[in-house]
Amino acid sequence: MSQKQEEENPAEETGEEKQDTQEKEGILPERAEEAKLKAKYPSLGQKPGGSDFLMKRLQKGDYKSLHWSVLLCADEMQKYFDSGDYNMAKAKMKNKQLPSAGPDKNLVTGDHIPTPQDLPQRKSSLVTSKLAGQSFALVAQAGVQWHDLCLLQPLPPGFKRFSCLSLLSSWDYRHATPRPANFVIFL
Amino acid sequence: MAAGGGGCPAGGNDFQWCFSQVKGAIDEDVAEADIISTVEFNYSGDLLATGDKGGRVVIFQREQENKSRPHSRGEYNVYSTFQSHEPEFDYLKSLEIEEKINKIRWLPQQNAAHFLLSTNDKTIKLWKISERDKRAEGYNLKDEDGRLRDPFRITALRVPILKPMDLMVEASPRRIFANAHTYHINSISVNSDHETYLSADDLRINLWHLEITDRSFNIVDIKPANMEELTEVITAAEFHPHQCNVFVYSSSKGTIRLCDMRSSALCDRHSKFFEEPEDPSSRSFFSEIISSISDVKFSHSGRYMMTRDYLSVKVWDLNMESRPVETHQVHEYLRSKLCSLYENDCIFDKFECCWNGSDSAIMTGSYNNFFRMFDRDTRRDVTLEASRESSKPRASLKPRKVCTGGKRRKDEISVDSLDFNKKILHTAWHPVDNVIAVAATNNLYIFQDKIN
Repeated sequence: MSQKQEEENPAEETGEEKQDTQEKEGILPERAEEAKLKAKYPSLGQKPGGSDFLMKRLQKGDYKSLHWSVLLCADEMQKYFDSGDYNMAKAKMKNKQLPSAGPDKNLVTGDHIPTPQDLPQRKSSLVTSKLAGQSFALVAQAGVQWHDLCLLQPLPPGFKRFSCLSLLSSWDYRHATPRPANFVIFL
Repeated sequence: MAAGGGGCPAGGNDFQWCFSQVKGAIDEDVAEADIISTVEFNYSGDLLATGDKGGRVVIFQREQENKSRPHSRGEYNVYSTFQSHEPEFDYLKSLEIEEKINKIRWLPQQNAAHFLLSTNDKTIKLWKISERDKRAEGYNLKDEDGRLRDPFRITALRVPILKPMDLMVEASPRRIFANAHTYHINSISVNSDHETYLSADDLRINLWHLEITDRSFNIVDIKPANMEELTEVITAAEFHPHQCNVFVYSSSKGTIRLCDMRSSALCDRHSKFFEEPEDPSSRSFFSEIISSISDVKFSHSGRYMMTRDYLSVKVWDLNMESRPVETHQVHEYLRSKLCSLYENDCIFDKFECCWNGSDSAIMTGSYNNFFRMFDRDTRRDVTLEASRESSKPRASLKPRKVCTGGKRRKDEISVDSLDFNKKILHTAWHPVDNVIAVAATNNLYIFQDKIN
């Protein structure tokens, strides 16, 4: 595998070159990758679930795709007073520069009473999935806010209506007797 | 990777996979809530359910075959959609509970209504989807538009009659199974007895009865007394398709344990332990991470099970614990990219896998909207792509090839050009026919075979 004939960008070339020479020495690609990682993060421990890993993820503030060892160590994570507090910290975190070393022990939560203007918009749970089709009209009834995506038109033959009637009655406990609402789909 | 050669696996006849439908928006900006998080056919294959990160479930129904167009099989159209789970906030732990639907599992149909279980990280719900095509008219106490009639004005009684109406599909939550999991639920599996089901989180597996929501039995608990000693977690669990006492669960260390509920109430001690011996000299920092099993699925026959780890799919014979009977490489070319995949978190992606109806083929997803199919009989495999470009009606899918180095041929794609944000994690295969549903981020692709 001659490196000079490749048309890849120089950055990858050096990486591949290095890997190539290492392969010639009998090192597996996995080991070469491990060497690369250790070169970038020298403090990374032996076990993937080490505390260094934990710190790296906490700094990022991203709890979504974490290694399981981090997810289970909920005790080491920040505590918040309530959901408003949590959302304030999350909003602040997004604008902050990512710290390079160690968790910020001085991060204070609850230093500002959240107001509706400060908080990110609660996502509407009543937006229809785009998988269900582009045009989907819901008739506003019983004081519930709906998103109008198109005008209501007579139902073409062969189309089905579907309703979340009983869904409404179980979700929206503020209203005693939900009025029947007609839902129309267009495909 | 085997050469394409035009022939596609799955089925004795030589047939091609063709594009059938695509669902979802074409926008470049994908809203987080629209990302599909699970896809599942029901037992007959007539219904296809999808769950997304926004907690919504959309169910598609296959249209009856049109006699005037015999070559076009039934298309899937929207049947019902509802909001299954809402975001919550756990005040005691200061943690947000996502509404993302982790899994949907259908119950076998027993009457006119359809039932499915949907779960997010903490709560499982049993949904009933029923059709209504009749409406009662001629009530005595209320008018046709629902207004109550003045009782003193009623002078005669009449019997309400049922009249046909436009079909309406209703979804209602029948059971809510909550507060049983400390950690995030990763799997649910309906038992073959059709009365119980299991739910698994990182450290525990619970057994539920479909009728009882305030109690569940803990059947597996791998939480150590001291959390410092924790070395592995449960990643997936499934009931055996025929033996109602047998289930398996996979771990982050690449092992699978089969448990028999007849042996003891708490199945911490496995009946069978499946592990492939590893060459200790090839061990690296990444070994454990890439050996973590992201999905385990029994074959329809119940004789085999399939596990998906980061780079491969393995088929195990339940009678042999020492090693898998088949190992299929999904994207071995990524082994030399593990460092960057670790940095962008892709190494933690949880791919699913599925069997076809006859257990002769298996399918799993990859990156760049590629998905792979392996024919167990002919030992051929193919890489296909779910893209808008190849989305012309009944257009055949062209096999794709990734080149690892050296000279790149014309229609090959190099490893470095792969888009790691376009990942196919969820796929489903129709239980009988050769119809597959592939979830590519926010779009659902449906492909069918075209028999030559």
